[in-house]
Amino acid sequence: MNLLYGLAYILAAPALGGLTVGLDRIITARMQGRVGPPLLQPFYDVAKLFEKEKAVVARSQNLFVLAYVVFMAFTGMLFFSGGDFLLVIFALTLSHIFLVLGAYSANSPYSFIGAERELIQIMAFEPMILLAASGMYLVTKSFYISDIVRTQVPLVLLLPGLFLGLLYVLPIKLRKSPFDLSTSHHAHQEIVKGITTEFSGSTLGRVEIAHWYETVLLLGFVYLFFSFNPLLALIAVALTYVLELFIDNNYTRFKWALALKSAWLVALVLGMGNIALLWYYMKGL
Amino acid sequence: MNQLLFLILFPFLAAVFMLLAPNEKARRGAGYVAAFIILAVSVYLLSTNFGEPTGYFDVRPELVDEAILAGEGLMALYIIYKSITFKKYYPLALILTQSAILVYLEINKPNANLPYNLFLDRLSLIMALIIGITGGLTCIYAFGYMRTFHERHKEVKDRTNVFFFVIFAFLSAMFGLVFSNNILWVYFFWEVTTLCSFVLIGYTKSHEAIHNAFSALTMNLLGSLAFALAILYLSTMENPVFGLDQIIFMNKAIVLLPVVLIGFAGLTKSAQMPFSSWLVGAMVAPTPVSALLHSSTMVKAGVYILVRFSPLYEGTASGEMLSLIGGITFLFASGIAVSQSNSKKVLAYSTIANLGLIVACAGVGTYEAVWAAILLIIFHSLAKCLLFLSVGTVEHRIGSRDIEDMTGLITRMPKNAVMMLIGIAGMFLAPFGMLISKWATMKAFIDSNPVLVGMVAFGSGITVFFWSKWMGKLIAVTRMHKVVEDKINTGEWAVLYTLTGLTISMCLVFPVVSHYYIEPYILEIYGKTAQLGQDNITIMLLMLAVVLLIPFSLLYYGKERKHLSPYMGGRTTTLDAKFAGSMGMQRELSLKNYYLEGIFGEHRVMSVGVPLSVLFIAIMFLFSWLQYAGVFT
Repeated sequence: MNLLYGLAYILAAPALGGLTVGLDRIITARMQGRVGPPLLQPFYDVAKLFEKEKAVVARSQNLFVLAYVVFMAFTGMLFFSGGDFLLVIFALTLSHIFLVLGAYSANSPYSFIGAERELIQIMAFEPMILLAASGMYLVTKSFYISDIVRTQVPLVLLLPGLFLGLLYVLPIKLRKSPFDLSTSHHAHQEIVKGITTEFSGSTLGRVEIAHWYETVLLLGFVYLFFSFNPLLALIAVALTYVLELFIDNNYTRFKWALALKSAWLVALVLGMGNIALLWYYMKGL
Repeated sequence: MNQLLFLILFPFLAAVFMLLAPNEKARRGAGYVAAFIILAVSVYLLSTNFGEPTGYFDVRPELVDEAILAGEGLMALYIIYKSITFKKYYPLALILTQSAILVYLEINKPNANLPYNLFLDRLSLIMALIIGITGGLTCIYAFGYMRTFHERHKEVKDRTNVFFFVIFAFLSAMFGLVFSNNILWVYFFWEVTTLCSFVLIGYTKSHEAIHNAFSALTMNLLGSLAFALAILYLSTMENPVFGLDQIIFMNKAIVLLPVVLIGFAGLTKSAQMPFSSWLVGAMVAPTPVSALLHSSTMVKAGVYILVRFSPLYEGTASGEMLSLIGGITFLFASGIAVSQSNSKKVLAYSTIANLGLIVACAGVGTYEAVWAAILLIIFHSLAKCLLFLSVGTVEHRIGSRDIEDMTGLITRMPKNAVMMLIGIAGMFLAPFGMLISKWATMKAFIDSNPVLVGMVAFGSGITVFFWSKWMGKLIAVTRMHKVVEDKINTGEWAVLYTLTGLTISMCLVFPVVSHYYIEPYILEIYGKTAQLGQDNITIMLLMLAVVLLIPFSLLYYGKERKHLSPYMGGRTTTLDAKFAGSMGMQRELSLKNYYLEGIFGEHRVMSVGVPLSVLFIAIMFLFSWLQYAGVFT
């Protein structure tokens, strides 16, 4: 483990994540035939949020959001320091649970439904990512990111099912269609702003910063599949993000049942299938 | 040895006193003292055997053997009597068959080299500590609880003397079970636990209680029958062996069949599918009984015996089936928990699920898996005991055990809500106990069985869902602010505080426990051991510190903020969530959790889980039979 990378993540990730989101908005706009906002728009937005009046429904909600950001940054630090992949996944879940609890504590109908949906999304996402970590373990014999990233084996070729599966569930965490059930960056959402409905001002700003942290972390997951060649990996990460944007702009939102069932089906067929094949292939050797 | 005998006999003496005590006051006074002594001695046992190797003890066999035989006869008669009275013929048939086997064994007494009757190794030490601490605390809690229970349930006849007799006898049997090296003794104590749970589940004598008590009895007797058959098999071998210490180092090919039979008995007792229904039905009993059954006794006996024999399952096809039954139970029982709004039912299914994980570990049987299994047993018993007892307390105060009725508990019963939150976090959330064990489980499975890894991956997602939505209900801030936390007696508070403290501190000290107790045990059996990496432990402790700090910062955080009412689509809304409805009516907001019945309905999931697990059990027996017949080597 190397804490230096972790610290670098803590400092640089918000900037990188914010820039990614800025690019995201420009590319999305171009896909829709608009010009789009300036690249730094996400930063302007968050800066403005911090100047707003501090208003709450329940005092405890802000605390939960604070814990959400802290643990999101912590998770990313753990990942980029080269920590244990399973622990990274559990810490990520912990962080999201704090957001969900924040929404629950407000006891407001829209944030409540958002929270329930977010939990469904966590339930849809978790098996796939745990399987991805397991698949990487089978190849590299280690759960440590620091070992996985150093492997010279092209993971993506041995774990194509897991990679495709990860691509399928990635929009859940990126909050993109067809899985932006609990809250969405688009204006149109039938449950207002879902899980973030009752968050405002600086609290909402923190939710956004956590999202930047998370974006970088998720792209780190993608990177691992290509880590045998850093240049290729960076290109793959960029293409993945653009692909997710493309999906975002071309798909309507799924209902929760379809989201859950399809994500599980993908995890079962592509994820478990890949692991089973790999297992028996390696046993054969 | 004196301590072992004390722990087995003293609870029984206390039990007899409970039965004969002249009045409630004397019973309660003596009960507190007795429970405390049991607790203290089990802790003392741990401290005096610090770092000691396994000890074997002999007890004057003839006399004790006769007492055990007499006890078995009495129990059989009691069950026969009850079965005939209530016209239940399955348990009758089972107990008669079993008795026939035992009589046969007694007549054709094999001249086996008699094993030491009692032993104390680190696994029994850990088990004894769990029984002593959670069992003792549950007893203390139960005295206060039962008083309130009978005040609230006038229709139930007050038989608290029988109730506490059975509870203390239960503890005695559990100590006996984990200290016995002679398999005949193990079997005797096994039967006592079955009988105790039968009496406790049927305590209220309502129609439902009697039905559920008999269903538990039937399933457990089915297991005991398998156990008796295993003993019969062991006694007919060329060189009969009855010592656990001998059996676990024997050739797998020879002892696999009886060990699989005992494994089957373990499956019934630890409520694995398809036998899970008895544990769910057991919640008709007063709440301390559930706490006892789920955390310190009964089901722990089942997984104890599986873990004990675990090395023999390693690498066998039967063991693989056993682990799949555990895996299915973990996955499906977690699923069912999603669809339940009755908090005790959620707890019951979560117990079944976690036991499934332990069974899966036992079936895998590698040193890593057994290490994970023991960690699971420890963490689960503490958190589950806390949860049951706090649900029981809340039920008496708000008159409901439905999770929906616990909305905003944090404002109505703040202390209890926080305890419940800690218990729940302990069950699934990083960096608390059960998650540490689940993590260890995944690491153990990845090297031996990818299917189990898949089951844990899906199951853990489901676990997050049903626990979190319960937490959400508890912490929803409703502005009713009528605190109803009075009238809980000091004994109950003391127990709840202790358990909360233990749940948290166990997360802090588990590396120490692992180092001094679990790892040496694994090392003794396998010659190598598992552990969690040092850096990971540091990270977990760091996370724990941050999580524990969060509640305190509420005191300073965000005080100067403006309070608004929740957004209700533009309707006028008051701060306590009342909004202007149509026709000028003011309506109150109410929110209900998702239960996803269409996917996780109890009936739906069971209709898949039961046939599947029956199939796996059949295959498990088939494989062990094939190995016995020499088809497999």
